[in-house]
This record gives sequence, C-alpha cells and structure tokens, in this order.
Amino acid sequence: MKADQVLSQFQAAGLETCFHGRHIDPQIYAGLDGSNWGLDAYVKRGGYQALRTMLGADGGAAWTQDQVIATVKESGLRGRGGAGFPTGLKWSFMPRQFPGQKYLVCNSDEGEPGTCKDRDILMYNPHSVIEGMAIAAYAMGISVGYNYIHGEIFQVYERFEAALEEARAAGYLGERLLGSEFSFQLHAHHGFGAYICGEETALLESLEGKKGQPRFKPPFPASFGLYGKPTTINNTETFAAVPWIIRNGGAAYLACGKPNNGGTKIFSVSGDVELPGNYEVPMGTPFAKLLELAGGVRKGRQLKAVIPGGSSSPVLPASIMMECTLDYDSISKAGSMLGSGAVIVLDDSRCMVESLKRLSYFYMHESCGQCTPCREGTGWLWRLVDRIHRGEGRQADMDVLDDVAANIMGRTICALGDAAAMPVRAMLKHFRHEFEAMIPKTNPRTSASA
Amino acid sequence: MISDATLSRFAREVGKYPADQKQSAVMACLAIVQQEQGHISEAAEADIAAYLGMPQIAVHEVTTFYNMYNQHPVGKYKLNVCTNLPCLLRDGGKALEYLEKKLGIAMGGTTADGLFTLQQCECLGACADAPVMLVNDRSMCSFMSDDKLDQLVDSLRTAEGQA
Repeated sequence: MKADQVLSQFQAAGLETCFHGRHIDPQIYAGLDGSNWGLDAYVKRGGYQALRTMLGADGGAAWTQDQVIATVKESGLRGRGGAGFPTGLKWSFMPRQFPGQKYLVCNSDEGEPGTCKDRDILMYNPHSVIEGMAIAAYAMGISVGYNYIHGEIFQVYERFEAALEEARAAGYLGERLLGSEFSFQLHAHHGFGAYICGEETALLESLEGKKGQPRFKPPFPASFGLYGKPTTINNTETFAAVPWIIRNGGAAYLACGKPNNGGTKIFSVSGDVELPGNYEVPMGTPFAKLLELAGGVRKGRQLKAVIPGGSSSPVLPASIMMECTLDYDSISKAGSMLGSGAVIVLDDSRCMVESLKRLSYFYMHESCGQCTPCREGTGWLWRLVDRIHRGEGRQADMDVLDDVAANIMGRTICALGDAAAMPVRAMLKHFRHEFEAMIPKTNPRTSASA
Repeated sequence: MISDATLSRFAREVGKYPADQKQSAVMACLAIVQQEQGHISEAAEADIAAYLGMPQIAVHEVTTFYNMYNQHPVGKYKLNVCTNLPCLLRDGGKALEYLEKKLGIAMGGTTADGLFTLQQCECLGACADAPVMLVNDRSMCSFMSDDKLDQLVDSLRTAEGQA
C-alpha cells in the first residue's frame, strides 16, 4: 500500500461529528451524508434558490441591496465566529457607493481550541458558504471575495476549491451571474499555522502575504481593509446561514431562535463527553439538552466545569452552566461568552491548574509579539501557572497571576491579550482553592527563627 | 531553480490575486515548495522572492512567522500531534508519549532512518476527533488510539520498505 493510501485510512468521514442524526431542526447541516457535498446534490436540497430568487433569475423582480440587508437585519443573525456582532448591521456599514474595488472575506481560520464546526460546513456543505458569500457580495456591491481557510485542514481547502470549480462551471460564480448584471469572483486562500490569523485584521495582513500581525482599529476594515480597500469579513457559519434566511425570510429565522438570538447555531462539543461532535441546535436550547445530545459526561462521571465558547471564554462551574441556555445573552449573563460555540466539557477528575497551564502555554506560543503586555504577559502567566502545577508556587503567586492578567486586559491591539487573561481570571474566581491546595504551606516565621 | 511544473502551480496561486498584489501568493508558494522539497531553504526563499517581486527578507518573515513551515529538513513523515486542551482531555498527550516510545525519539526529534519527525502542535481545528494528528501538513488523522498509531507507523514503514 502506498503512503497516501495509508494516510487516507485515518481521515475522518464525519459520521461521529456531523452525520449522527442528533441535531435539532438543523439548517446548515440538514440532510448531509458526506457524499452529497457537490453542486447537483446541493441544488436538489434547495441550494442556490436564494441566489436565483434574489437576482430575479426565475422571473420576478430582482431584490434590491437594501432588501437583502433588511432581511438579514430582521433575522437577528449575529456573527458566528465569536464576537456575535449583528451581521445585517455590519453589512450596512459597507460604503456601497465607494467607486473603487471592495472585498468580501470569509474567515475560515478556525483555530480557537475546541472549535471544528466550520471544517464540517466546508467539507460537507461547501456550496452553502459560496451561495451565502455571493448573496452578501451582491448586497454590498462587491465583486471579489476570498475564503481564508485554516492551514491545518488542507483537505478541507482542497474540497472548497473543488466546490468553487463546480460553482464557476455552473454560472453561480464569475461574470454576470445567471444573466444578471452582477459579477462575483471567489477564491480560496490557505493559512499555514497561526492562531492569530483568526483575528480579522491579522487575517487581512496574512492575505496580503505578510506576517499575521493585527492592525490598529480604527480604521475598521469597512473603510480600510484588504489592500487598503473597504472590506467586510464574516465567519463561515455566518455566510452558511444566509441562503436559508433569504429563502425563508428573516422573521422565520428569528422565530427558530429566541429574541436577539436568531436561528440555529452549531456547537462543537469536545472533552469529557461520550460523543464529542458538532451539534446544530436552535439558539436558546438549554445547555443540559446539548450535553444529553453529546451522550452526557464520559464514563458516568459528574460534570465539573464547562468552557462554553472556545478556550478564550471564561470557564463556568457546572452549577452555573447547567442553568444556562445556549445563546449570547444567557451565557453573557452567567459571566462568560457564547464565542465560537466551542463547548469544552471537564469532568470531576480534572485538575483545573493543569487545564489552565495548557491553555496558558497556547497563548504564549501564539502571541504574535507585537504588543508588550501580551508578548511578555502571556509568558509570565504560563510560568506562574507552571510553577504552581509543579508544586513550587508561592503564596503570593495567585495575586501576581491576577495582577498580570489585569494588566494585559484592554492594553493590546487585538483581543488575544484578553483571550489569554480571561481564562486565568475565571479559573481563579471559580477554582481558587485548587490553586491554593497546590502551593506548599510554609511555616510562618517566628521571632525565634527570624 | 524552480521547475516548470512548480512554476505552473505558483502561477495558479498568483492568478487568484490582483496583478499588483502577487505577494498574496507567498504562503501558497512556500507550502508548495515545502511539499516538494520537505523544507524551506534560503535558496527557495530567494527564488520565490524573485518570482513574486518581493524582498527576500519579506519571504523569510513569512516562513518564520507561521508554525507549519519547516525551517530545517525534517523526516519524510512529519507527525504533528495536537496536545491543546480539548485533545489533552482525550489522550492527546498520551498519544504523543506513545509515539515517543514507539519511535524512540523525544518530541521535536527525528528517527535515525530519517523517516519520522515527531512534533507537538497547537489546535488543528479537529477537536471532536481527538486525539488528532497532522501528517506532512496535509493529511489529518483522526481518533488516533494507540492501536491506530501502531497501524499508521507500521504501515508507513512497510510502504517505505523498512518494516
């Protein structure tokens, strides 16, 4: 057997993570089986109907740009990459009448630890992203787009390139789409291992062929983006939600979530559950239900804590998490973030010091080095947590940890600094006793020993 | 020198970007060179710089910034095992230790026969498939239990005639 054949035996087929039939009212993952990613099957599922309707390709008037944006605003769709910014509002910031080139960018640089939902969208339903991007481009008067795909998922990048070829051949991308006046070119670009490129301005730098170091904001990408031109950047899942919204209306999308939190959301459940995977459920679904879909806590153990929105989001103890529903508002109220929807589950056997140590190492490794508080602070955090974990911590270390974290927060160009600091502060807030227990007790000095 | 076959792969990447923004293709060109040559040499950086019309140091900045570019020669098969938290919770760390024992090398090392380089890596974006491992930048291997690790390493050795 050749090496390529050997390696292909170990490639995931999506059965465990995507085609398990345990989604609730799915929109993006609906009807997928791994073999039906191609264009013909997508069209059979109702794909590209939204684009056709919008462009008036099947008779009837073409939609206006305002109509598309108003529909997305009405849907309550919020950015699925982590920030949760209202998508329709973001689209309305784009200077549509700008005379020069404008760009549309899809952020598929999915590297927030715990997150693997966009991978399955791009692998098993790539045309939903292409159609969503074409609709967005039309609404904002954009003719060129790029999809920046995480470098580590190269097979997914190749799948997306294959889907692009299909879409071009069928006239869903290219010049004068479906006989309209609207043209849209879309290309795939891959990263090569840099967490920071998930930050939108670092992503733009990377797309320009440079180191991925974030830019100051303002100016925001809507005025100064790719190659200095107005640019809108959305997450993969955000674009994939758009065709459904155009087909069924903004009100219908909002209705399947809860107010201010429209639609479905894909949650990547990892860690101590029986059935790790991606689960698409309506916004506002109770966390307890998601845990049940994922088979419950592994080996019958008890739930200890959950990191609810990717490794950067503050950890929540089981008692708080079990009361939450899965939407931006509920998790924010509980003191964390919905983030990218990456739910990392920890059972009662887990050491929180060790867990934080691994996360702190990650942020130190991935700090781009541009801002001193992050470059120096992330290393400082890791060394402190490592020292405590080795049993060599000092009584003052927890205060130092908190102080270093506080001095990173809000003092860096991008959010990586905050992302490194938030887990530390939350761990100390909820599990301080575990850190204390690992610090050796020293005998207080007496006058005799002084 | 860059072969004609490689140049045509470069040209396909350059064609994605505006004519005055050829530099955007640098990441893809470097990845192509790495696939063909195993690592990024200074000579390759110079060739890419000349091809894209950018300073050689700007190419080197890219090579050294992104984790996946090999700045030095590596084994024929580069095994990157994720040990970030979601994987760690599902034996990602143990998978790395198992491979260290099986291959007789420490993380970061290369086997004496030049076949395998073993590295720890950060999130591969396949957290629900843990333990996961990326082989030669392009092949994701999922659910890598000890049995599967044995099977993978042994099969690759057989494929290379070194069983």
